[in-house]
Amino acid sequence: MSTTAVLFPADVEDFGRELDKIRDEVIGSLGEQDAKYIRGVIAMQRRLELGGRALLFASWLPPVWVAGTAALATAKILENMEIGHNVLHGQWDWMRDPKIHSMTWEWDFASPADQWKHSHNYIHHTWTNVLGKDRDIGYSAMRVSPEQRWYPIYLAQPLYNVLLALFFEYGIAVYDVELERIPTGEKSPKEALSQLRAIAGKVRRQIIKDYVAFPLVAGPCFLPVLLGNLTANLARNVWAHTIIFCGHFPEGAEVFTEDQLEDETRGDWYVRQLLGSCNIDGGPLLHLMSGNLSHQIEHHLFPDLPSNRYAEIAPRIRALCERFGLPYTSGSLTRQTRSVWKRILRLALPGPPTTPAG
Amino acid sequence: MTTPYLTTSDAPPRWSVRRQLASASRWLTTPLMPDDYLGLLNPLWSAEELRGRVEAVHPETADAATLVIRPSRNWVPHRPGQWVRIGIDIEGIRHWRAYSLSSAPQRPDGCVTITVKAVPDGLVSRHLVRRTAPGTIVGLTRPEGEFVLPEPPPPRLLFLTAGSGITPVMAMLHSLLTGGAAGGEGAGGGGAVSLQSEKHREMPDVVLVHSAPMPEDVIFGEELRGLAARLPNLRLYERHTRAGGRLKPTDLPALCPDWADRAAWACGPTEMLDEVAAHWAGRSDRLHVEHFRPAVSAAGGEGGRVRFTKSGREVDADGGTPLLTVGEDAGVLMPSGCRVGICFGCVGRLSSGQVCDLRTGQVHGEEGDLVQTCVSAAAGPVDIEL
Repeated sequence: MSTTAVLFPADVEDFGRELDKIRDEVIGSLGEQDAKYIRGVIAMQRRLELGGRALLFASWLPPVWVAGTAALATAKILENMEIGHNVLHGQWDWMRDPKIHSMTWEWDFASPADQWKHSHNYIHHTWTNVLGKDRDIGYSAMRVSPEQRWYPIYLAQPLYNVLLALFFEYGIAVYDVELERIPTGEKSPKEALSQLRAIAGKVRRQIIKDYVAFPLVAGPCFLPVLLGNLTANLARNVWAHTIIFCGHFPEGAEVFTEDQLEDETRGDWYVRQLLGSCNIDGGPLLHLMSGNLSHQIEHHLFPDLPSNRYAEIAPRIRALCERFGLPYTSGSLTRQTRSVWKRILRLALPGPPTTPAG
Repeated sequence: MTTPYLTTSDAPPRWSVRRQLASASRWLTTPLMPDDYLGLLNPLWSAEELRGRVEAVHPETADAATLVIRPSRNWVPHRPGQWVRIGIDIEGIRHWRAYSLSSAPQRPDGCVTITVKAVPDGLVSRHLVRRTAPGTIVGLTRPEGEFVLPEPPPPRLLFLTAGSGITPVMAMLHSLLTGGAAGGEGAGGGGAVSLQSEKHREMPDVVLVHSAPMPEDVIFGEELRGLAARLPNLRLYERHTRAGGRLKPTDLPALCPDWADRAAWACGPTEMLDEVAAHWAGRSDRLHVEHFRPAVSAAGGEGGRVRFTKSGREVDADGGTPLLTVGEDAGVLMPSGCRVGICFGCVGRLSSGQVCDLRTGQVHGEEGDLVQTCVSAAAGPVDIEL
């Protein structure tokens, strides 16, 4: 699948300059409307969460339980995706509001914000889809590219993937500790331990909140509240997993080798981000609920631009790709999800043979 | 969410029960703070952060206005003459500036006022005067500053002001008028009780010499003239500089023969304060001054790589750009205030390197120094704990 489009170096640099221009335009036009947008989303998310939890207090009625759980799940999804992920990217740092800033934000996700910023913003976004560099390729546990060597353990990867989807936040938190780098000496056990402690502290608070404190406050509704919270967390995990896997692993997303990184220019970097990412087609609701990762391409080109602007620049990026003869991969959520699962199932088995990328 | 530099010490101890409740309720709001949800109902119900709501904007002159601000519940009353920093969002970006409070402490309606003069290239001052609507929420800090009246106030006072330099003095006048110089805590056992007991103290003898270009430019002009007409203890001399030229300290003996015997407070442009300070040489213990805007010279250091160690951001800076601007442009959450080297709201601890003071051109700095980022530029590579 490494069919890296062939571009003359001069074209690559032109492509990069065009993208820089779009970026500068967006940055130059950031203002009150954008600030209103993120504050509006945050206020809506908090109201939805309060509403969901309030409904769950009356959840002896099954329809109320369903409504409360749905509201809470939606709030948790918004909190992680359109708010948390994007705030932690520094997309809203330009507002200089200490309440909405990557330096101060903490989110309802097992991975502590500091650790996430390192593993995601730095490692993944810098080395996107580079084998041996981007640990997000298969999250070190799965084979999602035929270029990865096959081991028998991959036979079980369809099962892992279901488990990863259900417990996504915990999987990601532990994965961020990079335990596999301890035996090689790249990481000290002490550092890993302190990271694990931070995760444990955070997970403890989250578990107490969702599975002890709120159920206790609900009194007679202890069990329905606990189950509602559990369902909301699982739904959030599965949704986040689905969206994120659609971003880099469907058919059409390319992987790269470390030697392709040599002398990488800004233009090359842009091209690699483009080729390694896939969009999801859909309406405004899908974009909002996916944290605008449905615009994964735009997000990877400009990880620190406010997410509400991706939709407006997407047609321009697509047109630019056409002009330069570069692929712009996108598809519906069902198509991309099917494609991801097909790949996970296929690559659980050895092969197929690959031709070296060039 | 954790809150940085502005907030942790902002709540006085009397909220401690509330604080304990808040800390218990954090189990229900983690990773956020209860404040983050309370703020949905009323942004002023904050235990963590000081905020205010603009209740009204009253024009004072063609280019000055008084903003009436209702502070959040955790506000600590100020001492007349003190200033606060105001954080306001303009085009989506928060800007902090320092302004003197122009109201006496503990107004019956619980509000405070600042009086702002729009300066021609002043982004924030123009926004505050011309485009701020009632209902706007602003960030606040606790009142600060030593340009205050002693408690009890001396029997004879002299105020020398020019332009918007009248604003802190207006707060002092109001408070002298109501018989209490004290305001918040730390002012000789101030607060509501002592204010009550001092209510009937007589107003001291006050001479106010104020300069403005023309009569209509005098901020609080009508009010001041009214007070002077009504109060035998208040003598007001207005100097209209467009017609009469600038007031020289040598003019002072004619206006106020006993100037040297009075405790004096001066607030205005730097040149005026420099002259006043020179005139008071040898008697400087009787003179209190408040600077508004010292001149920042264009000269700078050599520039260099600046590392903001707490934020983990790194950027090349030239020798003429204040570290404050460098940090803000790099996305660092920089504390800031007056931006002209007065309020110390922007300081950061230097962990290595040296900085150039943009006011004097002096290169200084040792490990551990607190430097004012608004008037310091990089002189070579700099690491700063921000």
